[in-house]
Amino acid sequence: MKSMFVILLSAMLTDNFVLSKFMGICPFLGVSKKLDSATGMGLAVTFVMICATLVTYPIHHGILVPNDLEYFDTVVFILVIALFVQLVETMLKKCVPSLYKSLGVYLPLITTNCAVLGVTVLNIDNSYNFGESIINALGGGLGFMLALVIFSGVRKKLEYADIPETFKGVPSTLIAASIVSVSFMGFSGLFN
Amino acid sequence: MAENKNSLGREITKGIIKENPTLVMLLGMCPTLAVTTQAKNGLGMGLATTFVLLGSNIVISALRKVIPDKVRIPAFIVIIASFVTLIGFLLEGFLPELYESLGIYLTLITVNCIIFGRAEMFASKNGVVASACDAIGMGIGFTMALFLMGSVREIIGAGQWMGMSIPVMHDNPMLLFIMPAGGFFTLGMIIAAVNKLSNKKPPQELGCKGCPHADTCGKSGGDCQ
Repeated sequence: MKSMFVILLSAMLTDNFVLSKFMGICPFLGVSKKLDSATGMGLAVTFVMICATLVTYPIHHGILVPNDLEYFDTVVFILVIALFVQLVETMLKKCVPSLYKSLGVYLPLITTNCAVLGVTVLNIDNSYNFGESIINALGGGLGFMLALVIFSGVRKKLEYADIPETFKGVPSTLIAASIVSVSFMGFSGLFN
Repeated sequence: MAENKNSLGREITKGIIKENPTLVMLLGMCPTLAVTTQAKNGLGMGLATTFVLLGSNIVISALRKVIPDKVRIPAFIVIIASFVTLIGFLLEGFLPELYESLGIYLTLITVNCIIFGRAEMFASKNGVVASACDAIGMGIGFTMALFLMGSVREIIGAGQWMGMSIPVMHDNPMLLFIMPAGGFFTLGMIIAAVNKLSNKKPPQELGCKGCPHADTCGKSGGDCQ
């Protein structure tokens, strides 16, 4: 139980996917302008990360490992994620229209989000068991959402700041991200 | 004939400066930030990506008339992922040290928007030779940007460059620059410098043009910039 807690918190805080592993930078910079879109994107990524782990873990250990096909991981995982996102989108549209309204926009964008492929590959690389993999995916997704939500607040302030012409737009956003990342460095050494 | 050669030359050079994928079009941010703690890693990542880009551009442009439009995204993904697996094997066999230091980011070349963007924007519309030239140009541009990032971060953050220690810097390295925060900072500064030098208005938005989902996204939400 203790190790589960450590995995959850370290995926969320010390090894935050966005701010210390640099995965999912595109949505981090693109969708963090408004608080509600940041929350929506964060929830959608968390959801897909957990579902992708649920699907890819049995495929890796049930099909690929017994047949000595581990080197197919990348090809199979990315295909499964692409198919799965499509499936989830269709299902949400039919069954839970209200949830689809809030998450649907973000689902197609997630297929090529490196954080999702990253979490499934990391679970295999770190040889987590099934439970640990899911906790890692949950922590990774929540950490992603945390970073997006915090950063959307920072960007709101940034919009009213008087910035030199050369730094307007992306450069100032990146430098602000750097400062947020410094604040997350405070968590390092939490578990030793 | 001469004109033809000129246009191929242009395909190569445009990726290096005018349409540099990282610094001007702002694509492929994740590897740019993640592996550039050392100049050597930046160079290795750039070359690995160039290899995948070249392979996938050639195959996709050769198959562009065979792949139905509706399933093109999964088809492209499979082609790209196969080349990523291939480069993974090659690096593991011949350059195990680089393979170790790139780690998971080697796998993540699969979802690098530069490769997908070029497949969607260029290779699926142009011939094999033009696509190969485009891939070489974009690859060189990406490699140069990564090498520059890596050099800046290694010199300031570790006081050495490609393994050589630099006299004064080596005594007081600014560790922050090889930490994640330094990556964001360095990239922001370099993009600002590129804007200043090219006298261009700085890009307000990310490079959505290359994103395979630009259509879906622009239509439904307008949130993705």
